[in-house]
Formats: sequence, structure tokens, C-alpha cells
Amino acid sequence: MHTRPAGRWSLLKRDLYLSRHYYVLMAPFMLIFFMFTVIPVGISLGLSFFHFNMLELPRFIGWQNYSRLFLGDDVFLIALKNTLLFAVITGPVSYIACFLFAWIINELSPKIRAVMTLVFYAPSISGNVFFIWLIIFSGDSYGYMNGFLMRLGVILEPIQWLADERYVLAIVIIVQLWLSLGTSFLAFIAGLQTIDRSLVEAGTVDGIKNRWQELWYITLPSMRPQLMFGAVMQITASFAVAEISIALAGFPSVNYAAHTVVTHLMDFGTIRFEMGYASAIATVLFALMLGTNVLTQKMLRKIGE
Amino acid sequence: MTSKVRAVFGMPKRLNRSFTVSLMLFALLAVFGSFMVLPLIYAVNNAFKPLDELFIFPPRFWVNNPTTENFADLINLMGNSWVPLSRYIANTLLITILGTAGHILLASAAAYPLAKYRFPGSKVLFTIVILSLMFSPHVTAIPNYMVMSWLGWINSHASIIVPSLAFSLGLFLMKQFMEQIPDALLEAAKIDGANEYRIFWSIVMPNVKPAWLTLMILQFPALWGTDGGSFIYSENLKTLHYALSQIVQGGIARAGVGAAVALLLMIVPITLFIISQSSVMQTMATSGMKE
Repeated sequence: MHTRPAGRWSLLKRDLYLSRHYYVLMAPFMLIFFMFTVIPVGISLGLSFFHFNMLELPRFIGWQNYSRLFLGDDVFLIALKNTLLFAVITGPVSYIACFLFAWIINELSPKIRAVMTLVFYAPSISGNVFFIWLIIFSGDSYGYMNGFLMRLGVILEPIQWLADERYVLAIVIIVQLWLSLGTSFLAFIAGLQTIDRSLVEAGTVDGIKNRWQELWYITLPSMRPQLMFGAVMQITASFAVAEISIALAGFPSVNYAAHTVVTHLMDFGTIRFEMGYASAIATVLFALMLGTNVLTQKMLRKIGE
Repeated sequence: MTSKVRAVFGMPKRLNRSFTVSLMLFALLAVFGSFMVLPLIYAVNNAFKPLDELFIFPPRFWVNNPTTENFADLINLMGNSWVPLSRYIANTLLITILGTAGHILLASAAAYPLAKYRFPGSKVLFTIVILSLMFSPHVTAIPNYMVMSWLGWINSHASIIVPSLAFSLGLFLMKQFMEQIPDALLEAAKIDGANEYRIFWSIVMPNVKPAWLTLMILQFPALWGTDGGSFIYSENLKTLHYALSQIVQGGIARAGVGAAVALLLMIVPITLFIISQSSVMQTMATSGMKE
């Protein structure tokens, strides 16, 4: 009897055979996941190099969609500017707010903690209640904001909050912030609760003087996994603003003041049926999100150093 | 004295923190807490306002003479419509229950091997799942439509239910949670002769019940609030959310009914969260990306 040297392929074949049950367990999820997430992303990347209007066959046009996007589409540049503004303002602000409020709430007694968690989390799961903000910022004197400011004597005439390009973006940002304390906020609260108290005591012995040092050297590094997770969720949400903008500012918004990359994508994808062009917009959005995520994760690794 | 106040606010005594700072933090929490919760309280109040109070000037925050008229009107209105209200409710329940239960099952089944074993492709698959967390569903909206129409699923509930079964956030959280199940437990089961499916079903699944609730609380509001998107056109198949948003678009005459609708839509996910809060926290504590 002689033993055959196990080649790379036969090793792999053995591994595959031994793991066959794992593949069976994963198959249903992965099948659907690839069908409706991975493959569509692939199709979208591919389509962005085509001219495609759902009626004729796709026609390859190379980089034309992209050059048109950046050089010939003024509205896209407005959308890009607004989206980056959202990403720069709502992203970090909501991320820091999630952490800050989680940090404060964590020190309350369990009962009050549960109530406060609900208070901060409820808006993000309350469905379409953001229409309440339509009443608050309503353009006539029935609107709460107008009524309030007129009573104070700050303004004499009601302001058309949602039809004035000077205000509309700011209002969408405020409502977006209101809605943004979601999954990552929960993750932060839970992360704070798992921090080992003995670590804090050991830190005091090692010369940690105040609460800021405790935060930087012990609390934040201990919950790095939750911070990473939260960053991904917040970045994705802040780049994908669309529904709120449409609900509050209309579609399209006045002079495109609250237009975002996603509303631009909807415009070309579901109204004009320029699928190739819309796919190019989607690809740019994907690249933006991925880039920001990689950058943020690099920054988060530096915590506590 | 100060310790007494701390006790009232439920703040444990901490080193290096003065009473003033505690009070300031509490004030901060109160201000932003009201910013978060006042619109919701307003929505609740609105639902119980009689019509004359809804249009009072200057507008009032609290309801003076609460009435359930708005809910009665809603039921009347829906009763007279072409498709009965029960049909919309049944559609939404079907989508929500199948979508949530199926997601928990499929995500758990896929998470178990990824959490506990290494095998060819496991790392690549998990990386793809993580990457997919990083883009919004809008990126895939157009190709998704094409895939749906190719499958012939346009205008069927499958177009909403099936994609929601493979939601990558669910797989991710479930995997992180399952990593905490002790290996010894699985090995003991293996020695007793259980196969992988058996281990998954009778050992792993019962052990991750808190994570089920987390997936439920993430999935449920999304499906409960779905309007069918661009996939469902037939009135018989529309969801409750769609039907209700049609009513709200009725304008001023329907303002009272609209307020009742808003309350109905928000109260369900919030109640669900209150019930499952502690379990959700337990799962979230283990979430996060392993480096």
C-alpha cells in the first residue's frame, strides 16, 4: 500500500466534502442574498457602461455615463454637494449623539435607562410619523414654527419653510437627525453595559485621573466593535437620505435645494427609465459609501492610542 | 443633600463628577429627550383631537376634549372602500410574519456555520456580507426590478417577502451572537451522535432566543411600514401602509382620520420594542465587527 501525496485540489475536495452540511445550512440565505443583493450590485456596475432604457437592447457606451454625470449634469453636482453635506453633518453628528446619549443614559438607574432608551430610539422605528414635521414647518400661520415665531414677534409674515431653498435643506437635516438614533444607538448602550468594571478600577491604579481619560483609554477601546458597527450603519444612512427629503421638500424639491444622489437616482431610474445612467449614479454612491467606510474604520482603529 | 437628588434622578455616585456636572448632563438629556419625544406625543394627541381642535388657531399641543371619533371615521371610511380594510391588514400581516419568521430562520441557519467553523469560502462569504452592509438598498433597486420581472414576481407578495429573508444585518448580528455559544456544548452534542442539522435546531437555536427578538425588532418595522414599493400594483395586494397613506392624501377633510392612521402605524413597532427591549440589548452587546 502506498500513500498518495495529498495534492492541493484533493485537500480542497476533502474539505468541501467535510463541510457539505455547512453549505446546505447556508444555501437558502446565500441563494437569496446573491440573487437580490450581490448580483444586482454586479448588474448595476455593469449597466453603468451601457445605454439602456428598458425598451431597446443595452448598447455599450464606455465611460460616457460617467463623463455626462460629472461634466454635463449640473443637477447631479447639486445632489452630490447636498449628499456630501448630509454625510459631513448628519453622519458625525448623529454618530456622536448616539454615543453621547448612550454614555449619559448608561449611568442612570435601570428603570430610567429603559425609558430614556425608548425615548431616543422610538423616532427611528415609528414609521412615517415624520409627517408631523410637515405640520411643524407648515408654510401658513397654522404651522407651529410660524405660529411660535410670530407670537414672539421675530417674524411678521409666515415663512414658506419647505418651499424656500434657504431653509429646506436645514430642515431635512434636522428631521434626519431626529430619525437617526437607531440601531447603532442600541449597540452603543449595550456595549457600554458590557464594559468590565474591574478594568476601570485597574485603570485608576494605573494613573487614570479623570473621566475623559477613562473614556479615551478604557471605555472607547472596550467598545470598539460596537463603534465600528455603528459607524457603518450611520454612514450608510447619511449617504442614503431620500425618503425624508421627498416627504418634506417634495420631488423634485424647490430649485433642487434638497436633491440628493438617491433622489437623482430615482429620477433617472424610475421616472425617465435611463437605466444605464441611473446605474452610473448608483455606482458613484456605492464608491462614496465604501470609501468613507474604509476611511472611518481606519480612524476608529486609532482610538485609545 | 446632593446624594439625595442623585438618588431621585437615579444616578449612582461616581468618582470625579461634581453635582453640577451631573445636573448639566441631566438637563442636556432632558432637552434632547424632549426634542425626540415631543413630536411623537403630539402625534398621539392629534389622533384624539376632535375636528375643531385640529384646526384651532393658534395651534394647540395638548388635546382638550379627547374623542375617539377619528378612529370611528377611519373604520367607516375603510368599510366603504372598494377593497375592504381586512384585505390590507391580511396582506400586511402575511408579508410581515412570513418575512420576519423566514428571515430569522434563514439568517440563523447561515450564521451558525460562519460563527462556529472555518471551511472553504467562509471568509469570503462573510466579507461579502459585511461589504453589503455598506451600501444602501437604492443601489440595487433597478437591477432588483429587472430580476423580479425576469422571475415573474412583479405584482406578487413574493417580491417583498423573498428579498427580505436575506437581510445581511440579520446574518451579521446572529453570527456575532452565536460565537458566544460554548464549543463544549456543540462537541457534547456531537459525541451524543447529533448531526449538524440537529445541533443547529435543538442546541443552537434555543440558545439564541434573545437574538431572534433583535432580528424581529429590526425586520418587523421595515415590513410593517412597507408600501409594496415599485413591485405591487394590484389593489388587492396592497399593504395597510399604502392604503393608509392614500387616506392621508385626502387632505384637510381627512386630517382627523390621518392623525388616527399615524398613531396606528407608529404604535405597533414601538410596543414591540418595549416588550423585547431587554433581550435586544443583550444581543446588541455582542454586536460589532471583529478585527
